[in-house]
Amino acid sequence: MKKKKGMTTFLTYAALTIGAVIMVFPFIWMLLTAFKTNAEVMQIPPTILPAEWKLDSFTRVMDLLPFGKLYMNTILMIAGRVICAVAFCSMAGYAFAKLNFRGKNFLFTLVIVQQMIPGQIFIIPQYQMIARLGAGNSFFALIFPGIVSAFGTFFLRQSYMGIPNEIGEAAYLDGCNRWQTFTKVMFPLTGASVAALAVFTAVFAYTDLMWPMIVNTDINATTLSAGLSSLNGQFSTNYPVLMAGSLLAMLPMVVLYLIFQKQFIEGVAMTGGK
Amino acid sequence: MKKKGKLDQDHIWGYLLVSPTIIGLLVLNVYPFLQTIYLSFTNAKVFGAHKFVGMDNYVKMINSEEFLRATWNTILFCILTVPVGVLLALVVAVLLNAKIRGKVVFRAIFFLPMVVAPAAVAMVWKWMFNSEYGIVNTILHTNIDWITNPNVVIITVAIVAVWSALGYDAVLLLSGIQNISRSYYEAAGLDGCSKLQQFWYITLPMVSPTLFVVLIMRLMASLKVYDLLYMMVGEGNPALGKAQSLIYLFYRESFISGNRGYASAIVIWTVLLIGVVTLLQFLGQKKWVNYEV
Repeated sequence: MKKKKGMTTFLTYAALTIGAVIMVFPFIWMLLTAFKTNAEVMQIPPTILPAEWKLDSFTRVMDLLPFGKLYMNTILMIAGRVICAVAFCSMAGYAFAKLNFRGKNFLFTLVIVQQMIPGQIFIIPQYQMIARLGAGNSFFALIFPGIVSAFGTFFLRQSYMGIPNEIGEAAYLDGCNRWQTFTKVMFPLTGASVAALAVFTAVFAYTDLMWPMIVNTDINATTLSAGLSSLNGQFSTNYPVLMAGSLLAMLPMVVLYLIFQKQFIEGVAMTGGK
Repeated sequence: MKKKGKLDQDHIWGYLLVSPTIIGLLVLNVYPFLQTIYLSFTNAKVFGAHKFVGMDNYVKMINSEEFLRATWNTILFCILTVPVGVLLALVVAVLLNAKIRGKVVFRAIFFLPMVVAPAAVAMVWKWMFNSEYGIVNTILHTNIDWITNPNVVIITVAIVAVWSALGYDAVLLLSGIQNISRSYYEAAGLDGCSKLQQFWYITLPMVSPTLFVVLIMRLMASLKVYDLLYMMVGEGNPALGKAQSLIYLFYRESFISGNRGYASAIVIWTVLLIGVVTLLQFLGQKKWVNYEV
Protein backbone atom coordinates (compact mmCIF):
# COMPACT_ATOMS: atom_id res chain seq x y z
CA MET A 1 0.00 0.00 0.00
CA LYS A 2 2.69 2.42 1.02
CA LYS A 3 4.86 1.43 -1.91
CA LYS A 4 2.00 2.03 -4.31
CA LYS A 5 1.46 5.49 -2.87
CA GLY A 6 5.12 6.30 -3.36
CA MET A 7 4.84 5.23 -6.97
CA THR A 8 1.81 7.48 -7.56
CA THR A 9 3.61 10.45 -6.06
CA PHE A 10 6.64 9.74 -8.19
CA LEU A 11 4.56 9.57 -11.37
CA THR A 12 2.77 12.80 -10.42
CA TYR A 13 6.09 14.58 -10.03
CA ALA A 14 7.39 13.09 -13.27
CA ALA A 15 4.33 14.16 -15.27
CA LEU A 16 4.31 17.65 -13.80
CA THR A 17 8.02 18.08 -14.40
CA ILE A 18 7.74 17.06 -18.04
CA GLY A 19 4.81 19.45 -18.41
CA ALA A 20 6.71 22.26 -16.71
CA VAL A 21 9.71 21.76 -19.00
CA ILE A 22 7.44 22.01 -22.06
CA MET A 23 5.91 25.20 -20.65
CA VAL A 24 9.22 26.86 -19.84
CA PHE A 25 11.33 25.69 -22.73
CA PRO A 26 10.08 28.21 -25.32
CA PHE A 27 11.00 31.08 -22.99
CA ILE A 28 14.47 29.64 -22.36
CA TRP A 29 14.95 29.15 -26.07
CA MET A 30 13.87 32.73 -26.66
CA LEU A 31 16.45 33.92 -24.14
CA LEU A 32 19.28 31.79 -25.56
CA THR A 33 18.50 32.76 -29.16
CA ALA A 34 18.42 36.45 -28.31
CA PHE A 35 22.07 36.27 -27.16
CA LYS A 36 23.30 34.44 -30.27
CA THR A 37 24.32 35.94 -33.59
CA ASN A 38 22.21 35.42 -36.69
CA ALA A 39 25.01 33.26 -38.14
CA GLU A 40 25.08 31.08 -35.07
CA VAL A 41 21.36 30.31 -35.06
CA MET A 42 21.65 29.07 -38.63
CA GLN A 43 24.26 26.48 -37.76
CA ILE A 44 23.41 22.83 -38.18
CA PRO A 45 23.38 21.17 -35.72
CA PRO A 46 22.22 24.08 -33.55
CA THR A 47 24.16 25.18 -30.50
CA ILE A 48 22.37 25.16 -27.17
CA LEU A 49 24.22 27.88 -25.31
CA PRO A 50 25.44 30.92 -27.24
CA ALA A 51 29.10 30.59 -28.28
CA GLU A 52 29.46 34.10 -26.99
CA TRP A 53 26.77 35.98 -25.05
CA LYS A 54 26.21 38.95 -27.35
CA LEU A 55 24.00 41.95 -26.66
CA ASP A 56 23.97 43.02 -30.33
CA SER A 57 20.41 41.85 -30.98
CA PHE A 58 19.16 43.90 -28.05
CA THR A 59 20.86 47.09 -29.18
CA ARG A 60 19.68 46.43 -32.72
CA VAL A 61 16.04 45.91 -31.72
CA MET A 62 16.11 49.02 -29.56
CA ASP A 63 17.21 50.96 -32.64
CA LEU A 64 14.44 49.41 -34.70
CA LEU A 65 11.62 49.94 -32.22
CA PRO A 66 11.13 52.90 -29.84
CA PHE A 67 10.90 50.66 -26.79
CA GLY A 68 10.71 53.51 -24.28
CA LYS A 69 7.62 54.87 -25.99
CA LEU A 70 6.11 51.42 -26.45
CA TYR A 71 6.49 50.72 -22.73
CA MET A 72 5.01 54.09 -21.88
CA ASN A 73 2.05 53.69 -24.24
CA THR A 74 1.35 50.19 -22.95
CA ILE A 75 1.50 51.32 -19.32
CA LEU A 76 -0.78 54.27 -20.03
CA MET A 77 -3.24 52.07 -21.89
CA ILE A 78 -3.32 49.55 -19.05
CA ALA A 79 -3.59 52.24 -16.37
CA GLY A 80 -6.32 54.10 -18.25
CA ARG A 81 -8.41 51.01 -18.84
CA VAL A 82 -7.97 49.69 -15.29
CA ILE A 83 -8.94 53.04 -13.71
CA CYS A 84 -11.99 53.39 -15.96
CA ALA A 85 -13.09 49.80 -15.42
CA VAL A 86 -12.68 49.93 -11.64
CA ALA A 87 -14.38 53.33 -11.26
CA PHE A 88 -17.32 52.93 -13.65
CA CYS A 89 -17.96 49.24 -13.03
CA SER A 90 -17.91 49.75 -9.26
CA MET A 91 -20.38 52.63 -9.50
CA ALA A 92 -22.76 50.76 -11.78
CA GLY A 93 -22.28 47.45 -9.97
CA TYR A 94 -23.20 49.06 -6.65
CA ALA A 95 -26.23 50.83 -8.11
CA PHE A 96 -27.53 47.69 -9.82
CA ALA A 97 -27.06 45.62 -6.67
CA LYS A 98 -28.18 47.96 -3.92
CA LEU A 99 -30.31 50.83 -5.21
CA ASN A 100 -33.89 50.82 -6.43
CA PHE A 101 -34.60 52.98 -9.43
CA ARG A 102 -37.03 52.79 -12.30
CA GLY A 103 -35.79 50.94 -15.37
CA LYS A 104 -33.09 49.15 -13.41
CA ASN A 105 -33.97 45.71 -14.74
CA PHE A 106 -34.15 46.94 -18.30
CA LEU A 107 -30.75 48.65 -18.04
CA PHE A 108 -29.19 45.62 -16.40
CA THR A 109 -30.53 43.38 -19.16
CA LEU A 110 -28.73 45.68 -21.58
CA VAL A 111 -25.49 45.06 -19.67
CA ILE A 112 -25.95 41.29 -19.70
CA VAL A 113 -26.71 41.16 -23.41
CA GLN A 114 -23.65 43.30 -24.23
CA GLN A 115 -21.51 41.06 -22.08
CA MET A 116 -22.42 38.04 -24.19
CA ILE A 117 -21.72 39.55 -27.61
CA PRO A 118 -18.17 39.00 -28.94
CA GLY A 119 -16.33 42.33 -29.11
CA GLN A 120 -15.17 41.94 -32.71
CA ILE A 121 -18.61 42.93 -33.96
CA PHE A 122 -18.06 46.46 -32.58
CA ILE A 123 -14.64 47.08 -34.08
CA ILE A 124 -15.37 48.65 -37.47
CA PRO A 125 -17.77 51.31 -36.10
CA GLN A 126 -15.50 51.95 -33.10
CA TYR A 127 -12.64 52.47 -35.50
CA GLN A 128 -14.76 54.78 -37.65
CA MET A 129 -15.60 56.89 -34.61
CA ILE A 130 -11.92 57.28 -33.75
CA ALA A 131 -11.15 58.13 -37.38
CA ARG A 132 -13.97 60.71 -37.53
CA LEU A 133 -12.78 62.32 -34.31
CA GLY A 134 -9.29 62.44 -35.79
CA ALA A 135 -8.16 60.70 -32.61
CA GLY A 136 -5.98 58.02 -34.18
CA ASN A 137 -2.49 57.59 -32.75
CA SER A 138 -3.53 58.91 -29.36
CA PHE A 139 -3.83 57.74 -25.77
CA PHE A 140 -7.59 58.23 -26.03
CA ALA A 141 -7.77 55.80 -28.97
CA LEU A 142 -5.96 53.12 -27.00
CA ILE A 143 -8.34 53.15 -24.05
CA PHE A 144 -11.50 53.94 -26.07
CA PRO A 145 -13.13 50.46 -26.27
CA GLY A 146 -12.21 49.78 -22.64
CA ILE A 147 -13.75 52.89 -21.08
CA VAL A 148 -16.72 50.84 -19.89
CA SER A 149 -17.03 47.13 -19.42
CA ALA A 150 -20.26 45.14 -19.44
CA PHE A 151 -18.43 42.15 -18.03
CA GLY A 152 -16.87 44.19 -15.22
CA THR A 153 -20.23 45.71 -14.31
CA PHE A 154 -21.81 42.28 -14.14
CA PHE A 155 -18.88 40.89 -12.18
CA LEU A 156 -18.82 43.66 -9.55
CA ARG A 157 -22.61 43.61 -9.21
CA GLN A 158 -22.24 40.00 -8.07
CA SER A 159 -19.72 41.16 -5.51
CA TYR A 160 -22.06 43.89 -4.14
CA MET A 161 -24.94 41.41 -4.09
CA GLY A 162 -22.90 39.38 -1.61
CA ILE A 163 -22.72 42.25 0.89
CA PRO A 164 -25.63 42.15 3.39
CA ASN A 165 -28.13 45.04 3.06
CA GLU A 166 -27.86 45.67 6.79
CA ILE A 167 -24.41 47.15 6.32
CA GLY A 168 -25.73 49.79 3.91
CA GLU A 169 -28.71 50.49 6.18
CA ALA A 170 -26.45 50.93 9.18
CA ALA A 171 -24.39 53.46 7.23
CA TYR A 172 -27.60 55.25 6.22
CA LEU A 173 -28.73 55.47 9.84
CA ASP A 174 -25.32 56.89 10.71
CA GLY A 175 -26.08 59.72 8.32
CA CYS A 176 -24.26 58.64 5.18
CA ASN A 177 -25.91 59.46 1.88
CA ARG A 178 -25.82 56.98 -1.00
CA TRP A 179 -22.52 58.25 -2.34
CA GLN A 180 -20.84 58.11 1.06
CA THR A 181 -22.27 54.66 1.72
CA PHE A 182 -20.82 53.55 -1.57
CA THR A 183 -17.37 55.11 -1.33
CA LYS A 184 -16.72 54.78 2.41
CA VAL A 185 -18.50 51.55 3.34
CA MET A 186 -19.36 49.37 0.35
CA PHE A 187 -16.48 49.91 -2.09
CA PRO A 188 -13.75 48.96 0.42
CA LEU A 189 -15.56 45.66 1.03
CA THR A 190 -15.15 44.61 -2.61
CA GLY A 191 -11.34 44.73 -2.58
CA ALA A 192 -10.74 41.16 -3.76
CA SER A 193 -13.15 41.48 -6.67
CA VAL A 194 -11.78 44.87 -7.68
CA ALA A 195 -8.26 43.43 -7.67
CA ALA A 196 -9.45 40.53 -9.81
CA LEU A 197 -11.10 42.88 -12.29
CA ALA A 198 -7.97 45.03 -12.40
CA VAL A 199 -5.76 42.04 -13.18
CA PHE A 200 -8.18 40.77 -15.81
CA THR A 201 -8.42 44.20 -17.46
CA ALA A 202 -4.65 44.71 -17.38
CA VAL A 203 -3.82 41.32 -18.93
CA PHE A 204 -6.50 41.76 -21.57
CA ALA A 205 -5.27 45.24 -22.51
CA TYR A 206 -1.66 44.10 -22.62
CA THR A 207 -2.33 41.10 -24.85
CA ASP A 208 -4.77 42.89 -27.18
CA LEU A 209 -3.35 43.07 -30.68
CA MET A 210 -5.95 44.04 -33.26
CA TRP A 211 -7.20 47.28 -31.73
CA PRO A 212 -3.84 49.04 -31.09
CA MET A 213 -2.64 47.83 -34.46
CA ILE A 214 -5.50 49.50 -36.35
CA VAL A 215 -5.98 52.75 -34.41
CA ASN A 216 -2.41 53.61 -33.52
CA THR A 217 -0.50 52.84 -36.69
CA ASP A 218 2.33 55.25 -35.84
CA ILE A 219 5.04 53.13 -34.26
CA ASN A 220 5.69 55.85 -31.65
CA ALA A 221 2.07 55.81 -30.51
CA THR A 222 1.38 52.10 -30.34
CA THR A 223 1.76 49.31 -27.77
CA LEU A 224 4.32 46.56 -27.24
CA SER A 225 2.13 43.90 -28.88
CA ALA A 226 1.49 45.96 -31.99
CA GLY A 227 5.15 46.99 -32.09
CA LEU A 228 6.18 43.35 -32.11
CA SER A 229 3.83 42.62 -34.99
CA SER A 230 5.48 45.32 -37.11
CA LEU A 231 8.89 43.90 -36.23
CA ASN A 232 7.64 40.48 -37.27
CA GLY A 233 6.65 41.88 -40.64
CA GLN A 234 9.96 43.64 -41.32
CA PHE A 235 12.57 41.30 -39.87
CA SER A 236 10.95 37.94 -40.29
CA THR A 237 14.27 36.19 -40.87
CA ASN A 238 16.50 37.67 -38.18
CA TYR A 239 15.46 35.49 -35.28
CA PRO A 240 17.89 36.78 -32.63
CA VAL A 241 16.48 40.28 -33.18
CA LEU A 242 12.89 39.00 -33.04
CA MET A 243 13.63 37.06 -29.87
CA ALA A 244 15.32 40.05 -28.23
CA GLY A 245 12.26 42.15 -29.08
CA SER A 246 9.86 39.53 -27.72
CA LEU A 247 11.90 39.23 -24.56
CA LEU A 248 11.90 42.97 -23.95
CA ALA A 249 8.16 43.13 -24.63
CA MET A 250 7.24 40.34 -22.25
CA LEU A 251 9.66 41.16 -19.46
CA PRO A 252 7.69 43.82 -17.49
CA MET A 253 4.52 41.75 -17.30
CA VAL A 254 6.42 38.59 -16.37
CA VAL A 255 8.26 40.44 -13.58
CA LEU A 256 4.94 41.79 -12.27
CA TYR A 257 3.50 38.30 -12.51
CA LEU A 258 6.37 36.75 -10.57
CA ILE A 259 5.94 39.32 -7.80
CA PHE A 260 2.13 39.23 -7.61
CA GLN A 261 1.73 35.63 -8.73
CA LYS A 262 -0.97 34.81 -6.20
CA GLN A 263 -3.08 37.86 -7.09
CA PHE A 264 -2.73 37.17 -10.79
CA ILE A 265 -3.85 33.56 -10.60
CA GLU A 266 -6.61 34.18 -8.08
CA GLY A 267 -7.80 37.19 -10.02
CA VAL A 268 -8.02 35.25 -13.22
CA ALA A 269 -9.64 32.29 -11.49
CA MET A 270 -12.29 34.63 -10.06
CA THR A 271 -13.06 36.29 -13.37
CA GLY A 272 -12.85 32.96 -15.16
CA GLY A 273 -15.49 32.01 -17.62
CA LYS A 274 -15.18 35.19 -19.61
CA MET B 1 -42.48 60.16 4.23
CA LYS B 2 -39.07 58.91 5.18
CA LYS B 3 -39.47 55.93 2.87
CA LYS B 4 -40.30 58.16 -0.06
CA GLY B 5 -37.26 60.31 0.62
CA LYS B 6 -35.07 57.25 0.63
CA LEU B 7 -36.54 56.08 -2.63
CA ASP B 8 -35.90 59.44 -4.29
CA GLN B 9 -32.31 59.39 -3.17
CA ASP B 10 -32.07 55.89 -4.60
CA HIS B 11 -33.39 57.17 -7.91
CA ILE B 12 -31.02 60.09 -8.20
CA TRP B 13 -27.94 58.15 -7.14
CA GLY B 14 -28.98 55.11 -9.15
CA TYR B 15 -29.13 57.06 -12.39
CA LEU B 16 -25.98 59.03 -11.59
CA LEU B 17 -23.97 55.93 -10.82
CA VAL B 18 -25.05 53.85 -13.81
CA SER B 19 -24.95 56.71 -16.32
CA PRO B 20 -21.24 56.46 -17.30
CA THR B 21 -21.60 52.74 -17.95
CA ILE B 22 -24.92 53.00 -19.76
CA ILE B 23 -23.85 55.95 -21.92
CA GLY B 24 -20.57 54.17 -22.62
CA LEU B 25 -22.31 50.97 -23.62
CA LEU B 26 -24.70 52.86 -25.88
CA VAL B 27 -21.84 54.64 -27.65
CA LEU B 28 -19.29 51.81 -27.67
CA ASN B 29 -21.48 48.73 -28.09
CA VAL B 30 -25.12 49.32 -28.94
CA TYR B 31 -24.56 51.88 -31.69
CA PRO B 32 -21.61 49.93 -33.21
CA PHE B 33 -23.67 46.74 -33.11
CA LEU B 34 -26.51 48.33 -35.09
CA GLN B 35 -24.03 50.11 -37.36
CA THR B 36 -22.28 46.82 -38.21
CA ILE B 37 -25.61 45.23 -39.13
CA TYR B 38 -26.39 48.25 -41.30
CA LEU B 39 -22.94 48.22 -42.95
CA SER B 40 -23.32 44.57 -43.83
CA PHE B 41 -26.12 45.58 -46.21
CA THR B 42 -24.04 48.28 -47.90
CA ASN B 43 -21.04 48.42 -50.19
CA ALA B 44 -19.09 50.57 -47.69
CA LYS B 45 -15.38 51.02 -48.38
CA VAL B 46 -12.85 53.06 -46.45
CA PHE B 47 -13.58 56.35 -48.18
CA GLY B 48 -16.47 57.80 -50.10
CA ALA B 49 -20.20 57.31 -49.99
CA HIS B 50 -21.78 53.92 -49.72
CA LYS B 51 -25.14 52.67 -50.83
CA PHE B 52 -27.57 50.01 -49.78
CA VAL B 53 -26.96 46.75 -51.64
CA GLY B 54 -29.39 44.42 -49.90
CA MET B 55 -28.12 40.89 -49.40
CA ASP B 56 -25.24 41.25 -51.89
CA ASN B 57 -22.49 40.87 -49.29
CA TYR B 58 -24.07 37.74 -47.88
CA VAL B 59 -24.52 36.26 -51.37
CA LYS B 60 -20.92 37.10 -52.20
CA MET B 61 -19.87 35.55 -48.91
CA ILE B 62 -21.51 32.14 -49.35
CA ASN B 63 -20.20 31.94 -52.90
CA SER B 64 -16.68 32.80 -51.83
CA GLU B 65 -14.32 29.87 -51.59
CA GLU B 66 -12.08 31.88 -49.28
CA PHE B 67 -14.95 32.51 -46.88
CA LEU B 68 -16.11 28.88 -46.85
CA ARG B 69 -12.54 27.80 -46.33
CA ALA B 70 -12.16 30.25 -43.43
CA THR B 71 -15.33 28.92 -41.82
CA TRP B 72 -14.05 25.36 -42.12
CA ASN B 73 -10.60 26.38 -40.83
CA THR B 74 -12.24 27.97 -37.79
CA ILE B 75 -14.29 24.85 -37.05
CA LEU B 76 -11.27 22.61 -37.65
CA PHE B 77 -9.24 24.77 -35.29
CA CYS B 78 -11.87 24.22 -32.58
CA ILE B 79 -11.85 20.48 -33.19
CA LEU B 80 -8.06 20.44 -32.93
CA THR B 81 -7.75 22.62 -29.83
CA VAL B 82 -10.83 22.31 -27.63
CA PRO B 83 -11.09 18.57 -26.76
CA VAL B 84 -7.34 18.05 -26.43
CA GLY B 85 -6.81 21.34 -24.60
CA VAL B 86 -9.58 20.84 -22.06
CA LEU B 87 -8.59 17.21 -21.45
CA LEU B 88 -4.94 18.11 -20.87
CA ALA B 89 -6.02 20.96 -18.58
CA LEU B 90 -8.09 18.50 -16.55
CA VAL B 91 -5.09 16.18 -16.24
CA VAL B 92 -2.87 19.05 -15.10
CA ALA B 93 -5.53 20.21 -12.63
CA VAL B 94 -5.84 16.72 -11.10
CA LEU B 95 -2.05 16.43 -10.85
CA LEU B 96 -1.81 19.86 -9.22
CA ASN B 97 -4.47 18.81 -6.72
CA ALA B 98 -2.33 15.93 -5.46
CA LYS B 99 -0.53 16.23 -2.14
CA ILE B 100 2.85 17.26 -3.47
CA ARG B 101 5.48 19.82 -2.70
CA GLY B 102 6.18 22.74 -5.02
CA LYS B 103 2.56 22.97 -6.07
CA VAL B 104 2.68 26.77 -6.21
CA VAL B 105 5.75 26.71 -8.43
CA PHE B 106 4.22 24.23 -10.87
CA ARG B 107 0.99 26.22 -11.00
CA ALA B 108 2.90 29.44 -11.68
CA ILE B 109 4.87 27.81 -14.50
CA PHE B 110 1.83 26.36 -16.24
CA PHE B 111 0.06 29.70 -15.98
CA LEU B 112 2.97 31.74 -17.35
CA PRO B 113 1.92 31.93 -21.05
CA MET B 114 -1.26 33.71 -19.96
CA VAL B 115 0.64 36.87 -19.01
CA VAL B 116 2.80 36.90 -22.15
CA ALA B 117 1.43 38.74 -25.17
CA PRO B 118 0.35 36.28 -27.90
CA ALA B 119 2.53 38.31 -30.24
CA ALA B 120 5.65 37.23 -28.32
CA VAL B 121 4.41 33.67 -27.85
CA ALA B 122 3.73 33.33 -31.57
CA MET B 123 7.16 34.68 -32.45
CA VAL B 124 9.15 32.19 -30.39
CA TRP B 125 7.07 29.24 -31.57
CA LYS B 126 7.42 30.37 -35.15
CA TRP B 127 11.16 30.28 -34.62
CA MET B 128 11.08 26.87 -32.94
CA PHE B 129 8.93 25.51 -35.76
CA ASN B 130 11.22 26.97 -38.43
CA SER B 131 11.64 24.23 -41.03
CA GLU B 132 15.38 24.67 -41.59
CA TYR B 133 16.87 25.78 -38.28
CA GLY B 134 14.01 25.21 -35.83
CA ILE B 135 14.65 23.25 -32.67
CA VAL B 136 11.47 21.17 -33.05
CA ASN B 137 12.63 19.50 -36.24
CA THR B 138 16.07 19.01 -34.70
CA ILE B 139 14.70 17.29 -31.61
CA LEU B 140 12.21 15.14 -33.51
CA HIS B 141 14.70 14.38 -36.33
CA THR B 142 12.02 15.43 -38.80
CA ASN B 143 11.97 17.74 -41.77
CA ILE B 144 8.45 19.17 -41.62
CA ASP B 145 7.45 22.57 -43.02
CA TRP B 146 5.47 23.43 -39.91
CA ILE B 147 4.64 26.98 -40.95
CA THR B 148 4.47 26.92 -44.73
CA ASN B 149 2.94 23.53 -45.54
CA PRO B 150 -0.80 24.23 -46.06
CA ASN B 151 -1.76 20.82 -44.69
CA VAL B 152 0.26 21.18 -41.50
CA VAL B 153 0.11 24.84 -40.52
CA ILE B 154 -3.25 24.76 -38.73
CA ILE B 155 -2.03 21.86 -36.58
CA THR B 156 1.08 23.86 -35.72
CA VAL B 157 -0.98 26.85 -34.61
CA ALA B 158 -3.35 24.53 -32.70
CA ILE B 159 -0.38 23.13 -30.73
CA VAL B 160 0.65 26.65 -29.76
CA ALA B 161 -2.93 27.54 -28.82
CA VAL B 162 -3.25 24.48 -26.57
CA TRP B 163 0.10 25.26 -24.97
CA SER B 164 -0.94 28.88 -24.35
CA ALA B 165 -4.29 28.16 -22.72
CA LEU B 166 -3.36 25.04 -20.75
CA GLY B 167 -2.42 26.73 -17.48
CA TYR B 168 -5.36 29.09 -17.49
CA ASP B 169 -7.89 26.31 -17.99
CA ALA B 170 -6.08 24.14 -15.43
CA VAL B 171 -6.25 26.92 -12.81
CA LEU B 172 -10.01 27.25 -13.31
CA LEU B 173 -10.52 23.48 -13.12
CA LEU B 174 -8.25 23.24 -10.09
CA SER B 175 -10.37 25.76 -8.20
CA GLY B 176 -13.40 23.65 -9.09
CA ILE B 177 -11.74 20.48 -7.86
CA GLN B 178 -10.62 22.14 -4.63
CA ASN B 179 -14.23 23.01 -3.85
CA ILE B 180 -15.16 19.34 -3.67
CA SER B 181 -15.63 18.29 -0.05
CA ARG B 182 -12.93 15.95 1.27
CA SER B 183 -15.56 13.82 2.98
CA TYR B 184 -16.58 12.24 -0.35
CA TYR B 185 -13.06 10.98 -0.90
CA GLU B 186 -12.73 9.79 2.66
CA ALA B 187 -15.94 7.79 2.38
CA ALA B 188 -14.86 6.35 -0.97
CA GLY B 189 -11.44 5.49 0.46
CA LEU B 190 -13.07 3.57 3.32
CA ASP B 191 -15.18 1.69 0.80
CA GLY B 192 -12.00 0.67 -0.99
CA CYS B 193 -12.38 2.74 -4.16
CA SER B 194 -9.19 3.16 -6.19
CA LYS B 195 -7.87 6.61 -7.14
CA LEU B 196 -9.14 6.08 -10.66
CA GLN B 197 -12.61 5.17 -9.43
CA GLN B 198 -12.59 8.20 -7.17
CA PHE B 199 -11.73 10.40 -10.12
CA TRP B 200 -14.44 8.87 -12.29
CA TYR B 201 -17.26 8.75 -9.73
CA ILE B 202 -16.48 11.79 -7.56
CA THR B 203 -14.12 14.29 -9.17
CA LEU B 204 -15.53 14.24 -12.68
CA PRO B 205 -19.24 14.66 -11.80
CA MET B 206 -18.47 17.23 -9.12
CA VAL B 207 -16.23 19.33 -11.34
CA SER B 208 -18.54 19.10 -14.35
CA PRO B 209 -20.07 22.59 -13.88
CA THR B 210 -16.56 24.12 -13.98
CA LEU B 211 -15.65 21.86 -16.87
CA PHE B 212 -18.66 23.18 -18.73
CA VAL B 213 -17.62 26.80 -18.14
CA VAL B 214 -14.09 26.05 -19.34
CA LEU B 215 -15.40 24.24 -22.40
CA ILE B 216 -17.70 27.11 -23.39
CA MET B 217 -14.96 29.67 -22.84
CA ARG B 218 -12.37 27.69 -24.80
CA LEU B 219 -14.83 27.16 -27.66
CA MET B 220 -15.63 30.86 -27.85
CA ALA B 221 -11.95 31.78 -27.76
CA SER B 222 -11.12 29.24 -30.48
CA LEU B 223 -13.95 30.45 -32.70
CA LYS B 224 -12.50 33.96 -32.39
CA VAL B 225 -8.86 32.92 -32.93
CA TYR B 226 -6.88 35.58 -34.67
CA ASP B 227 -3.67 36.85 -33.07
CA LEU B 228 -1.61 33.62 -33.12
CA LEU B 229 -2.56 33.07 -36.76
CA TYR B 230 -1.82 36.65 -37.69
CA MET B 231 1.64 36.48 -36.14
CA MET B 232 2.58 32.97 -37.27
CA VAL B 233 0.97 32.85 -40.71
CA GLY B 234 1.40 36.28 -42.22
CA GLU B 235 0.47 37.84 -45.53
CA GLY B 236 2.41 36.12 -48.31
CA ASN B 237 2.65 32.77 -46.58
CA PRO B 238 1.50 30.14 -49.11
CA ALA B 239 -0.40 28.37 -46.35
CA LEU B 240 -2.48 31.43 -45.42
CA GLY B 241 -5.64 30.21 -47.18
CA LYS B 242 -5.52 26.89 -45.37
CA ALA B 243 -5.00 28.51 -41.99
CA GLN B 244 -7.01 31.73 -42.14
CA SER B 245 -9.77 31.91 -39.52
CA LEU B 246 -12.97 33.91 -39.85
CA ILE B 247 -11.77 36.76 -37.65
CA TYR B 248 -8.47 36.86 -39.55
CA LEU B 249 -10.38 37.08 -42.83
CA PHE B 250 -12.57 39.77 -41.24
CA TYR B 251 -9.46 41.73 -40.25
CA ARG B 252 -7.95 41.49 -43.72
CA GLU B 253 -11.17 42.46 -45.48
CA SER B 254 -11.94 45.41 -43.19
CA PHE B 255 -8.52 46.88 -42.41
CA ILE B 256 -6.27 45.78 -45.27
CA SER B 257 -8.59 45.54 -48.28
CA GLY B 258 -10.99 48.13 -46.87
CA ASN B 259 -14.19 46.26 -47.73
CA ARG B 260 -16.09 47.40 -44.67
CA GLY B 261 -19.50 46.24 -45.86
CA TYR B 262 -18.37 42.76 -46.79
CA ALA B 263 -16.26 42.46 -43.63
CA SER B 264 -19.31 43.38 -41.55
CA ALA B 265 -21.23 40.50 -43.09
CA ILE B 266 -18.36 38.15 -42.18
CA VAL B 267 -18.23 39.28 -38.57
CA ILE B 268 -21.99 38.96 -38.20
CA TRP B 269 -21.80 35.43 -39.54
CA THR B 270 -19.00 34.69 -37.06
CA VAL B 271 -20.99 36.01 -34.12
CA LEU B 272 -24.02 33.97 -35.20
CA LEU B 273 -21.83 30.88 -35.45
CA ILE B 274 -20.50 31.49 -31.93
CA GLY B 275 -24.06 32.00 -30.70
CA VAL B 276 -25.30 28.75 -32.24
CA VAL B 277 -22.35 26.72 -30.93
CA THR B 278 -22.82 28.17 -27.44
CA LEU B 279 -26.55 27.46 -27.55
CA LEU B 280 -25.91 23.84 -28.56
CA GLN B 281 -23.53 23.51 -25.63
CA PHE B 282 -26.14 24.84 -23.22
CA LEU B 283 -28.73 22.42 -24.61
CA GLY B 284 -26.29 19.52 -24.41
CA GLN B 285 -25.12 20.27 -20.87
CA LYS B 286 -28.19 18.62 -19.31
CA LYS B 287 -26.83 15.28 -20.43
CA TRP B 288 -23.55 15.50 -18.55
CA VAL B 289 -23.29 18.49 -16.25
CA ASN B 290 -24.17 17.72 -12.65
CA TYR B 291 -25.59 20.66 -10.68
CA GLU B 292 -26.81 18.65 -7.70
CA VAL B 293 -24.33 19.18 -4.94
